[in-house]
Amino acid sequence: MAERAGIMRASVGIDYARYETGVLAFDYERMLADTGYDIAAAQAVQRETAVGDTPLVELHNITALVRRLASPGKGARIFVKDEAANPSGSFKDRRASLSVHEARRRGYPGVAAATSGNYGAAVASQAAKAGLRCIVVQEAFDSRGVAQPEIEEKTRACEAYGAEVIRLSVGPELFYVFLMVLRETGYFNASLYTPYSVLGIETLGHELAVQTKERTGRFPDVVIATHAGGGNVTGTARGLRKAGATDTQVIAASVDLAGLHMASDHDFNRKSFTTGHTGFSMPFTTWPDRADVPRNAARPLRYLDRFVTVTQGEVFYATQVLAELEGLERGPAGNTSLAAAFAIARELDEAQVVVVQETEYTGAGKHPIAQLNLARRMGIEVARGDPRDSRPGERILIPTHPAQIRVVDVDLDRVRRSYLRHALEGLAPGTRPGEADVRFLAEETRSSEDFVAEVIHEQAGTTG
Amino acid sequence: MTELTPKGTWVEIYRVILPAGERAPQVPEDTAGVPLVMRVKGWLAAPAAPGAEAEIVTPAGRRLRGTLVAVNPAYTHGFGPPIPELSGVGPEVRAILGGEAGDE
Ligand SMILES: Cc1ncc(COP(=O)(O)O)c(C=O)c1O
Repeated sequence: MAERAGIMRASVGIDYARYETGVLAFDYERMLADTGYDIAAAQAVQRETAVGDTPLVELHNITALVRRLASPGKGARIFVKDEAANPSGSFKDRRASLSVHEARRRGYPGVAAATSGNYGAAVASQAAKAGLRCIVVQEAFDSRGVAQPEIEEKTRACEAYGAEVIRLSVGPELFYVFLMVLRETGYFNASLYTPYSVLGIETLGHELAVQTKERTGRFPDVVIATHAGGGNVTGTARGLRKAGATDTQVIAASVDLAGLHMASDHDFNRKSFTTGHTGFSMPFTTWPDRADVPRNAARPLRYLDRFVTVTQGEVFYATQVLAELEGLERGPAGNTSLAAAFAIARELDEAQVVVVQETEYTGAGKHPIAQLNLARRMGIEVARGDPRDSRPGERILIPTHPAQIRVVDVDLDRVRRSYLRHALEGLAPGTRPGEADVRFLAEETRSSEDFVAEVIHEQAGTTG
Repeated sequence: MTELTPKGTWVEIYRVILPAGERAPQVPEDTAGVPLVMRVKGWLAAPAAPGAEAEIVTPAGRRLRGTLVAVNPAYTHGFGPPIPELSGVGPEVRAILGGEAGDE
């Protein structure tokens, strides 16, 4: 759609073409810097609406449990950043705050967002406080009219904040509907993927670095972030660096939903997670610029030290343990990184510190009980067992022992190659990546110019 | 004669956005075989009969038309019965910790 670029530019107020520096390359840092938000500026906006400054909670009992499973001297201290304490119940308030602030500052009549998740409630909450109108477009139910209960809860929350909610059946044409809404209303596109969105998350990484240092005398050795569209790891990693925590290892964790198709009506309600899963994180890590803005500000490959998956049953187990051992009843998707922490902390020394970077609120629909009851209704087997025998969409296994929780590493080199393939496929016919492009691709994939050159060469071989 | 729902009532309308067969080319077969439909809630702009065409004013102030499918629609999501496969987890991990382990 030729109109698309024009609508997008008007709705986010960013001329993305200005940042192009090659046939593929663009100046990512300048695109972010031009917004004018450093950590202090973002914090000032966020404090106006009680966003951020969330508690860092040491999980003493889970740490003790992990040490029972670990070799002598192993079992790092585990902390969690209780992001559920934000106004709408998740770290997404950080993301929404700068967008809504900008929308108001620049005189837009309202804000719109395409999201079926926590982000909708965050935008609606921020818009309510700012006195702006709000429209949220959700993919909400399958062709039988069965709503995914977690999304139904988000519908309710958005409506509670006074937003209009457009609920759609399954399919990627949602973005067409969203574009029409932007065109009709002239609202600000509070996209998950603008610079504002990512800069709003930097405060999370910054805060947790400072808090961890205060509490333990050191920066976190490891930060684990639940990973979907990539904003969470990107913003958090950037915030860590800005706080000086340059040696902290950043690990992304996703729920493994391999085999389930994201645009499939049939598969829609066979997923017990609506975010934090590989259905988003694989496509967005291998090609971020599939978003609803021309240049995605969430570019996870630039920041990932490690990328792991866990199973649905492991996350439900971790959620139950968090409630029963730590007295924190929190939402399931945000606990993806907690499940990974069980396995990762076990291998680290006792003196080391692991920070699970978020929690989210829980409640009706948005709860392991609601999700597992839906799974059963959809004919999915729910049982106790070794999670490695589970199968997304067919069998969910709740571990019989915490030692069964493990992480499966995603091969980052393969992800890098996949990213480069996508980038090169997108080249206009007859154009070749220049020096600036090769340098850019090396930064994008956190690899080297030699690696990029090698993959370009391989690609030329396969297509030539 | 069906009774009209009064103007100002909180309702939901339904509309087909794309019929089956006219879906985006990249959607899988199962999705291509069903329509893309939309549901939106708002206040009735004028009295209307359930099942008939109606106009609403949404919370954002937009006017939208569609079939009136629900009057003051309920939020039906909840929890459902407890999941026995999860209920045992707490006692088990407390037992590993060696604390007062429930029913051990
Ligand atoms: C609670 C929670 N955690 C993590 C994520 C993942 O964030 P991102 O999509 O930026 O990777 C989401 C977003 O959907 C979320 O709602």
